[in-house]
Amino acid sequence: MKNFIKTGEPFIWLTGGAVAISLIMIVAILLLIMKNGLGFFWPSDIALLTLKNNEKLLGQIVNREAIPQPGAEQGTILKYRIQLKMGNRDIYGLDFKWIDVEDIKGIDYPENALCLERREWGNMYGFVKELKIDGAVVSVADGNIRSALSSSVEKYGELHKRIVFVAKKEIGQINYDMERLRLKIRKLELEYGKENPAIKERIENISKEIEREKGLYEKKSLELEELYKKSREAVILMSTADGREKEIPVYNVVRAYMPNDMGYLKKTGIYISRLWEFVSDDPREANTEGGIFPAIFGTVMMVIIMSIAVVPLGVLAAIYLNEYARQGTLVKTVRIAVNNLAGVPSIVFGVFGIGFFIYFIGGAIDKLFFPEMLPAPTYGTGGILWASMTLALLTVPVVIVATEEGLSAAPREWREGSFALGATKFETIWKVILPSAAPGIMTGLILAMARAAGEVAPLMITGVVKLAPSLPLDWNYPFLHLERKFMHLGFHIYDVGFQSPNVEAAKPMVYTTTLLLIGVVVLLNIFAIFIRNRLRKKYVSSTF
Amino acid sequence: MDISFKIEKVNAFYNNTVALKDVSFDIPEKSVTAVIGPSGCGKSTFIRCLNRMNDLIPVFRLEGKIEYDGMDIYSEEIDVIDIRRQIGMVFQKPNPFPKSIYENTAYGVRIQGFNKKETLDNVVEASLKKAALWDEVKDRLHDSAFSLSGGQQQRLCIARALAVEPKVILFDEPCSALDPIATAKIEDLITVLKKDYTVVIVTHNMQQAARVSEFTGFFMLGELIEFDNTQKIFTAPSNKMTEDYITGRFG
Repeated sequence: MKNFIKTGEPFIWLTGGAVAISLIMIVAILLLIMKNGLGFFWPSDIALLTLKNNEKLLGQIVNREAIPQPGAEQGTILKYRIQLKMGNRDIYGLDFKWIDVEDIKGIDYPENALCLERREWGNMYGFVKELKIDGAVVSVADGNIRSALSSSVEKYGELHKRIVFVAKKEIGQINYDMERLRLKIRKLELEYGKENPAIKERIENISKEIEREKGLYEKKSLELEELYKKSREAVILMSTADGREKEIPVYNVVRAYMPNDMGYLKKTGIYISRLWEFVSDDPREANTEGGIFPAIFGTVMMVIIMSIAVVPLGVLAAIYLNEYARQGTLVKTVRIAVNNLAGVPSIVFGVFGIGFFIYFIGGAIDKLFFPEMLPAPTYGTGGILWASMTLALLTVPVVIVATEEGLSAAPREWREGSFALGATKFETIWKVILPSAAPGIMTGLILAMARAAGEVAPLMITGVVKLAPSLPLDWNYPFLHLERKFMHLGFHIYDVGFQSPNVEAAKPMVYTTTLLLIGVVVLLNIFAIFIRNRLRKKYVSSTF
Repeated sequence: MDISFKIEKVNAFYNNTVALKDVSFDIPEKSVTAVIGPSGCGKSTFIRCLNRMNDLIPVFRLEGKIEYDGMDIYSEEIDVIDIRRQIGMVFQKPNPFPKSIYENTAYGVRIQGFNKKETLDNVVEASLKKAALWDEVKDRLHDSAFSLSGGQQQRLCIARALAVEPKVILFDEPCSALDPIATAKIEDLITVLKKDYTVVIVTHNMQQAARVSEFTGFFMLGELIEFDNTQKIFTAPSNKMTEDYITGRFG
């Protein structure tokens, strides 16, 4: 036995086992998230359940589990229940229902069961009866209703796009301009005094511009009203499983399909279109439906701003610590402090961010540059800039440590060689040592980005919101709006999963958002690793 | 023959440890001067005094006077950067920078502020030719310097030193990490270089000193025991210790 241990064989198994366990756990996490998340977009079949009391229910079966029987004797036969997504929240009041398998008389999959994904009230399951435009019946259930339905859904989808464009882009732009002009007047009044004749003419000019914008606004609201009127003209008459009828405006429908009558190819089409909607669209229904594009955008942009801030700060600090500071107790203490900073709970940084960045610096910026906005804060409230700065502070120890490692890995011979050629210390650091440390710096940045992208707690108090009205980057001057609040995938997971009014419906969204967050982090890392490898090739390569 | 370095009563210390004791001698211009001695005799410390490389060691201290070209290189008015430009150095281990062959050679010229491609091209070609490396690397100037063999790397370091047009080149045991063939190439190079440059070479290979140098100084325990013509040192040394060392009785 002793000899067996001495051979090292068990040790190899032990070490290999540790690696295997880690790998299995990682793979298991990914599989779990993928299984729960990716299945969400699949248009599964619609079941028509007939219960023993002759009640009829229509919906998608989403879950099946054993009914817990506390205190039951061993050997008791397990009973099962299924969870049905019934949709039709406007009729039933709830989307999901648990049904004991015992109570079911029969399950049927009628070919003409229709699923309507709506902009409001969630999904609707039922049977289509008529399609009406302006009160006149265009198509009935046994006719060519399917093609009529899909073409009118498409047509009103275009209308929806147009309405969003007019309401958000065009009218939004007018509002934005009007607000800017109003602030201009206020700024002039603040600067020169209210009744100062010197600015009278300028204020009059601005007022005229405001009037012109108002005229534009009237015109656009009329157009919008016209469009809204149009949006109400087409309706679908639906009947539910229990025979109730309801009219749904076609405008309200995002997607209409009959999954029981579709092959795999068609279902895959729906799947892809829903997946695309998820990554490219704005959220609907308190974030439980629609897409999460603003959150992806916010996460990526925040990480980029953080990287721009953290790299120079960390690299400069590391250069001082490693190259210029006299190595002694003081530097050692600073180094330990920096390392410990990485272990400080992130919410502490959040508190610091709100106290220092937002109230102190942001407040000062507001007083100096945006007095016309006061008392409404511009930079004196949470925003993407302050959130990024807070995270930069949180991750700067990582960059410092990695950079210092890279710098001290540069052998003394390089320094001596450079000095012997008449280079100063600055030239040596800048031209020889720092380039050779570049891959190390990138490693630090990769770690920092991974940490920053996943951090939620400090963001909650420095600028993340559950629904941001506009992206921090748009076509309005100055294009980059660093003071704006933003959405973030990590916070979105928390908000959707645990703050949502409709938890059951949001559950799959939690997994899909998680998957996306992992995806974003992986993509950012791959990008950074790609740059690091290029730097490595450029500056450092092996001896042979 | 003109004097290049005039060394007068130099004492060197690391903290309070004496590394050089009362060293005085003259190094003549455009010739090869070898410094030999057993390990720890202070020969490396000595050669590093000549271009003030020891300044990098905080605990180092020097007393006495080293004159180069008539200037006291340890006086306050001297710009150490300027000194190091005039007195180039090649180290024991080849130490190319983590850059391409081209950038390694051009480094010294670049930091002087010359960045025009044409100038750099000319300097790189001329220096690599002087270092007898051009033919071997002309087709792969932009490869990493680490792709070269040890001997080639050392010649690249010589080319790098030559590129800034120094008047003196200090060699600190340049062949101790090289094989015999690479060593022979470096030695040939040194004999060519002495036509235009003052060369000082530290070595503990006595045959090497005998082969390449015209003058030899023998150091022991921080003291200069003997300095004379190489031929005289190796055939008829005037000091008993020198004789014992070169005949291999210790060291």
